[in-house]
Amino acid sequence: MTSKRTDVVIIGAGWAGAILAKEMREAGRRVIMLERGPERKTAVEGTYPGSIDELRGAIRHRLFQNPAKTTVTIRNTVNQTALPYRQLAAFLPGEGVGGAGLHWSGVHFRAAPDDLRLRSHVIERYGAKFIPDTMNLQDYGVTYEELEPFFDKAEKVFGTSGDAYKVNGEIVGNGNIYAPSRSDHFPLPAMQDVYTASLFRRAAGDAGYHPYALPAANASRQYTNTYGLQMGPCNFCGYCSGYDCYMYSKASPNINILPALRNDADFTLITDAHVLRVNLDSDRRKATGVTYLDQKENREETIEADLVILAAFQFHNVHLMLLSGIGTPYDPVSNTGVVGRNFVYQTITTSRAWLSEKQYTNQFVGAGGAGVAIDDFNSDNFDHGPLGFIGGSPVWVNQAGVKPIAAAMTGGGKSAPRWGAGYKAGLVDTYRHSMAMDAHGSNMAYRDVYLDLDPTWKDSYGQPLLRMTFTWKENDIRMNQYVVGKIEPIMKALGARRYELGRLEHGEAFDTRKYQTTHLGGGAVMGTSPKDSALNRYLQSWDVSNVFVIGSNAFPQGMGYNPTGTVAALAYWAAHHIRAHYLAQPGPLVSL
Amino acid sequence: MSAPSSSRRRFVRNAAGTTAFFLLGGQEFPIPALAAAPAPAAPPEFFSAEEFRFLQAACDCIYPDDSFGPGASALGVPSFIDRQMQTPYGRGELWYMSGPFQNGPANLGYQLPLAPQALYRQGIESANHYARTERGKDFASLPPEIRTELLTAFEGGAVHFAAFNARLFFEQLRRNTLEGVFADPIHGGNLHMQGWMLLGFPGARADFMDWVNQEGQAYPFEPVSIDPQKA
Repeated sequence: MTSKRTDVVIIGAGWAGAILAKEMREAGRRVIMLERGPERKTAVEGTYPGSIDELRGAIRHRLFQNPAKTTVTIRNTVNQTALPYRQLAAFLPGEGVGGAGLHWSGVHFRAAPDDLRLRSHVIERYGAKFIPDTMNLQDYGVTYEELEPFFDKAEKVFGTSGDAYKVNGEIVGNGNIYAPSRSDHFPLPAMQDVYTASLFRRAAGDAGYHPYALPAANASRQYTNTYGLQMGPCNFCGYCSGYDCYMYSKASPNINILPALRNDADFTLITDAHVLRVNLDSDRRKATGVTYLDQKENREETIEADLVILAAFQFHNVHLMLLSGIGTPYDPVSNTGVVGRNFVYQTITTSRAWLSEKQYTNQFVGAGGAGVAIDDFNSDNFDHGPLGFIGGSPVWVNQAGVKPIAAAMTGGGKSAPRWGAGYKAGLVDTYRHSMAMDAHGSNMAYRDVYLDLDPTWKDSYGQPLLRMTFTWKENDIRMNQYVVGKIEPIMKALGARRYELGRLEHGEAFDTRKYQTTHLGGGAVMGTSPKDSALNRYLQSWDVSNVFVIGSNAFPQGMGYNPTGTVAALAYWAAHHIRAHYLAQPGPLVSL
Repeated sequence: MSAPSSSRRRFVRNAAGTTAFFLLGGQEFPIPALAAAPAPAAPPEFFSAEEFRFLQAACDCIYPDDSFGPGASALGVPSFIDRQMQTPYGRGELWYMSGPFQNGPANLGYQLPLAPQALYRQGIESANHYARTERGKDFASLPPEIRTELLTAFEGGAVHFAAFNARLFFEQLRRNTLEGVFADPIHGGNLHMQGWMLLGFPGARADFMDWVNQEGQAYPFEPVSIDPQKA
């Protein structure tokens, strides 16, 4: 084993890691970034046409984590035996430089103000009794107003396209009427509506809702970002989700941040470096650095550092905390302990409209971040009082480019044959003439939904796998069903020849075999008290003050919006407070 | 619905050596005349001749030759699956394959110690065994309607092979068959992009700046492959 020394060690080369690395270099600190997966450069492996191969990409998981080395175990309830997630399906974490930020779609939201202080908001509007006993409803401990400058900063790095509604309190455009005021416009105008999105915009308006263009980290024009890095205009090629972007139009750490660091002598990126643990001093109050396995040399290495930033994917951050002994593991029986607590996901169901045979929906045209949404049933934009559930869903057409293998697996809808006679007829009709829309909703946190270490299965490094205990709960199923019911008027206004509504059913258990979303959250949440959060409001460990943990692990609830925009803003927020306060005087940023 | 008619297919098949036309999105485009010719019978490398015969028969049940166009064998799908067996995927290197292996509820996912190679080897043997026991002949020697009946039984989940439920094997076969029909021809299936033409998918064109919204008109250009030689 050899040892190196640096000022800051960052685990993970995705969005959170890249943002923290840039910020720490701007603060003059030497940075070593460790990435478990391989190097990935858009100019090398993201080029046209090799990168747009559906089989190698989305189907064989070119950019995703290979579970062969390490995965998770999953069970629905505490009295089941969790079993390994052997084949990626329900969620698809990234691996390699760029992380999930390389293969994401690009939907780039700001968290809704009510969602950031959901517990306080629900109590103020509906009373404390509205919150079920088994729900661990919490505030983030940071407000929209505090985060606004960092949402703005992230959008200008990502080259985000969108329509503002309110800037500095003035109504300025055709954006989301439920969106809070912004300090500035989006850096780029909204992406054009694809045909199906334009139909949705019209039909949703006719149904009395308030459609708006999804904010997209897909560049609608040529753009040079804050760091002098360039993006090309998106050509709607349809290869966002699951792919690197050969057009340099979809924001990724690989093209929007890392090129500004790669030639910096005090920034070192080490790939194929699997971190085994964060090393702590004897009383577990201070991290001394990290130990990783150099997978090229099959050799353990140690890095000593003053500051350790965990910026891996959501559940990898939680896994590393549990393996390293940072913070107290969560106990679902007593509802105490914080690491693994408030593990959350999202509810997502897809509905489909079949249009006339004269209307070709050209579903292969698309951009991952673009589309048209309504927020009329998201967050607390509607009165939950008579409904008796907490949470909501935006509803949208987000035509990201439907590829033929994916389309073939779905076929012609619920009533069509899955193969053999009649299969092709349903598939062709559906591919040519249908359009999909999603209810992409929230998921609350519950006492018996959590993360811990599995007692049986191990990764190829000999460490216990992370165990997920997760299933759908009545509150979220009822929310989903309510919102999906509101899609019906849109279907009618579309003049759909037929339609299918996709919804969660009562008693439905989480199914690991079907892709849902990679928007996992929580498990090491931020908050106002070390009793119910692992991190303070600056994403600093309450227990080990020179450890910051950046990612959607900090979300106490799964919100209706896609997480990346909020992860990026939280990363800039934490970095700002590290630079402004922590570096001069290391120690807890919130005193108890 | 605009599917190529069987007379049109016959025309294409008879037109070898000239330029033929294929109906796409309501319009006609010239494509190489060999488009509907049967796939060259490359000898399998992973599968035995007997196993390959099973694959051809089963893939054609799943994706049959009909009024919409050729079936899976004519598109090269069995060869595609043969090639896939010789990749990290076929060897199970993209799956977590550490024990212990324990059964559980279906919704917790695949829990067998078998890579796709072994699933196929055991699955084909079991399927043929089942076909012989129930119908007196190997699967591929039975008439198409009986094959379909057997696959329907496998899909239904009530048939148990020696090592696993037949449904698992069926789902593996269905997935790989459809992959072979619709993946880029560089992988050995989707011969002359006929899978893509059926859907109106333009393949590796991947530039739709002018087609973001044409108010529901059909996209007018024929597909291209990642490798133009494969088109």
